[in-house]
Amino acid sequence: MIEARDLTKLYSGKAAVDHLSFTVRPGRVTGFLGPNGAGKSTTMRLILGLDWPNTGVATINGQRYEELANPLRTVGALLEAKSVHGGRSAANHLLFLAQSQGLPSSRVNEVLDLVGLREVADKRAGTFSLGMSQRLGIAAAMLGDPQVLLLDEPVNGLDPEGVLWIRNLLKYLAGQGRTVLVSSHLMNEMAVTADHLIVIGRGKLIADSATQDVIARSSEQSVRVRTPDAPRLTGLIEAEGGKVSLVAESPMAETGSGAAASGLPASGFLASEITGGPRTLTVTGMPAPRIGELAASASVVLHELSLQLASLEEAFMELTSGSLEFGEHSAPAPAADAAAAAADQGHR
Amino acid sequence: MTAAQPVSPASPVSPPGGLAGAPAGKPAGFGHLLLSEWTKIRSVRSTVWALILFVVVTIGFTVLVTALITSNWNSGGGGGGQGGHERIIADPAAFLMGAGVGLGQLTICVLGALLITTEYSTGVIRASLLAVPRRTPMLVAKAIVFAGLILVLAEIVCFSSFFAGSAILHSRVPVSLGDPGVARAVFGTGLYLTVLGLLALAVGTLIRHTAGAIATVIGVVLVLPILSGLLPRSWGAHINAYLPQQAGSLISHARQQPADLLSPWQGFGVLCLWTALLLAAGIYLLKRRDA
Repeated sequence: MIEARDLTKLYSGKAAVDHLSFTVRPGRVTGFLGPNGAGKSTTMRLILGLDWPNTGVATINGQRYEELANPLRTVGALLEAKSVHGGRSAANHLLFLAQSQGLPSSRVNEVLDLVGLREVADKRAGTFSLGMSQRLGIAAAMLGDPQVLLLDEPVNGLDPEGVLWIRNLLKYLAGQGRTVLVSSHLMNEMAVTADHLIVIGRGKLIADSATQDVIARSSEQSVRVRTPDAPRLTGLIEAEGGKVSLVAESPMAETGSGAAASGLPASGFLASEITGGPRTLTVTGMPAPRIGELAASASVVLHELSLQLASLEEAFMELTSGSLEFGEHSAPAPAADAAAAAADQGHR
Repeated sequence: MTAAQPVSPASPVSPPGGLAGAPAGKPAGFGHLLLSEWTKIRSVRSTVWALILFVVVTIGFTVLVTALITSNWNSGGGGGGQGGHERIIADPAAFLMGAGVGLGQLTICVLGALLITTEYSTGVIRASLLAVPRRTPMLVAKAIVFAGLILVLAEIVCFSSFFAGSAILHSRVPVSLGDPGVARAVFGTGLYLTVLGLLALAVGTLIRHTAGAIATVIGVVLVLPILSGLLPRSWGAHINAYLPQQAGSLISHARQQPADLLSPWQGFGVLCLWTALLLAAGIYLLKRRDA
């Protein structure tokens, strides 16, 4: 459990994090979402005791980070900025961390196995690819078998295989009852990874709710379904109140995004028109998992079932662009900021 | 401190390869931190190279300078200038301990500064502070491990330099470890190098950037004595006597010369005081600043 209460961090008078409060609960992946520069990394650094907040407090399982006796046994963190000496081997990097926590050195090989870096354990970390570096960072985070994990942009720059690996690892760890907070500026990635979303913009909280609720806020929310048995699936979905439209089977519409995807609305028209061959449908008013369940229960084969990416990004843009306007109007006067900073300096 | 490790109500299952019988909740002691810092020091090549350089330069220059002066003894002053011979005859131990250490001490200064500034330049400092969020124990452990390593190595180097140098110098100025103050001067030079290394570590902690920290330490060791020499004689001499390097290196003198304001141990004490002050300032800023 991570709790942030009224966190504020000023950098030269400007609020990078602005009276931010939220709670991250165990047992699920919590996505920490916001555009670049929204204050995600700063918030994580405040939680981890690397930076000092100007106001507020962050606690992990009820304690401030610096109060934890062996912090790496409670909290594992992957920071966006690198934190490994390029001239030191992966094994030695993990070894000094393990030793500092009183962990047995055998733990080093265990986490190297976990992330698949055992064979390059004695190679200098400076020779690692971005993906390997990220895996080393995950290994360091997992060293103390922590109950709480904070990962800052873990999929940044990773290849699809690496993205999938991290996504599955996070879900697996959350499934074990751990607290997992993972930041990203990519809505799409969070939509498939996180169960819960904390969205911030300009250091302020914008949304703190289940991922599907955040997505549902999008007016354009839709699901793209491809099936060889379109008429039956259409009937099933419409019986539960979903709306189905056919995506024109032209090369232009292959991406399924934008206006081309929402053409041909009439369902009656569809039912008679669709005769055979795989068809791509756009479904609104029904979440993707329910569509999958309906298809499974009726043994309808699905070739594709995906949230419309464009609409997710729209939801995100809608949320965060709102925050930008909000931020402009509610930004405290510079003088007040400076005074707060001065007061803080004195306090510390 | 057991309360500092609350077991979550939904105690998580270990991941593949979970903690095999590691005692959860038992806090790591300071000994673990020392071990951790030792691993950090020994696992980076630059440390090893700097130490090799220190050994080679210090012993090498002691031998080289002593050999040159000894062989040119009768051709007027050698490299030591007009009063060179008198100074060597008055305190041969001080000469031997200055010949190579004068240059070798710079490698210790560079290493001491690098020890902490590379943590900042590579970002390891974040990993270090995540592991030791109270911060002070990390720096104290680092200082102890570094001091221990340098002390052992510096004593070996100083005694080796002395034996090699005195063997060469013997034909001109016989000096042995048994002479009054000589053993203390040789051993004290190892102490001096150790504390100087800690001073460099403190400066590195304060400045955080490699180039700035090294320039500052070299400035304190080499440039400040020259600058203070330019000051008016009456108080310039007093300032000079209390500079960290000038005061500290008095310990390498077998006996106090009439011109010295401080005794060898007093001088060493002044260096220790400087180092303690700078380390305290380093700890204060380390705790206070964002990492």
